[in-house]
Amino acid sequence: MAKKVPQINASSMADISFLLLIFFLVTTSMDVNQGLARRLPAPIPPDQKAEDKDINKRNLLVVKINSANQLMVQGELTDVKRLRERAKEFIKNKDNADYYPKVYEEDFGGKIGVYKYTKDHVISVQNDVDTQYQAYLEVQNELVAAYNELRDELAHEKYHKGYNELDEEDQKLIQKVYPQKISEAEPKNYGGN
Amino acid sequence: MAKIRRNEKREMPALNTSSLPDIIFMLLFFFMSVTSMKEVTYKVQFKNPQATELTKLENKSLVRYIYVGTPTAEFRKQYGAETRIQLNDQFAEVSDISEYIINERSSMKESDQGLMTVSIKADKDTKMGVIADIKQELRRAYALKISYAATQRTSY
Repeated sequence: MAKKVPQINASSMADISFLLLIFFLVTTSMDVNQGLARRLPAPIPPDQKAEDKDINKRNLLVVKINSANQLMVQGELTDVKRLRERAKEFIKNKDNADYYPKVYEEDFGGKIGVYKYTKDHVISVQNDVDTQYQAYLEVQNELVAAYNELRDELAHEKYHKGYNELDEEDQKLIQKVYPQKISEAEPKNYGGN
Repeated sequence: MAKIRRNEKREMPALNTSSLPDIIFMLLFFFMSVTSMKEVTYKVQFKNPQATELTKLENKSLVRYIYVGTPTAEFRKQYGAETRIQLNDQFAEVSDISEYIINERSSMKESDQGLMTVSIKADKDTKMGVIADIKQELRRAYALKISYAATQRTSY
């Protein structure tokens, strides 16, 4: 007859795992780390002065936010909710309007082929020192959303798929058609030194 | 041979709890997978702004955080209610940021240094002046990949 191994008393196992559970509940937090990803421009070398790039007026969309979080697009007061449409119209310039950026035609290859796009457009965001962070982020968000929507539309048109479902190469191609050109003004120091 | 049972009460059978640890472990693993370790203890309080076009920060080891907000109640006496910056576990000035970034970067693997992302966790009511200063300081330290921490907005 084989020797019987005495059963291990496992009743405290539950307590141990409860302890572990409570430890993890206390030390971890639920919020996921997500955010609006942006890229800052490289710094200007100290021996070089900031040069004002001469940009044709029609290629420029100026978005200003003042200290009361009001939004001004091309000199007129606008609501944030309308900014996305404005930006999309501006970036795409579907009707080749002369007050929107110049349209170029280029062969992108791949499935896109010859496509019209505005090469030189720039969206310039300027804000006041007292602008609320939320207002600033909303503007950034809308502009990024405008680009994302345009890219998605192009992906649907050419690939019959969403932009996020494409592989990296095709995404790169679409990014070439709609490169994100959001420029932020160098902060200026008004008054004082 | 009838035996008279007198003092014997009918006993409740013991509940089988052998699966209890398994259940608790399941809970434990669930929480371990959905939550993330707190990076630091917050000395500033902030409420994330809201946005829609969010991307998840993929690789935790490549992310460094800058917290911006008003000091929590226990530090208010000492530091006032003005917006402050927190790096790691302590309050810092804007001018400390570039040193912090450079230190953090040099502690990373060389192949990862270019992929470092700085996540700015700022209160939604922060004035842009502070954020602009931080951004300038980050540019100076060549930390160009940044992410404005925000929560998903569900509606306007």
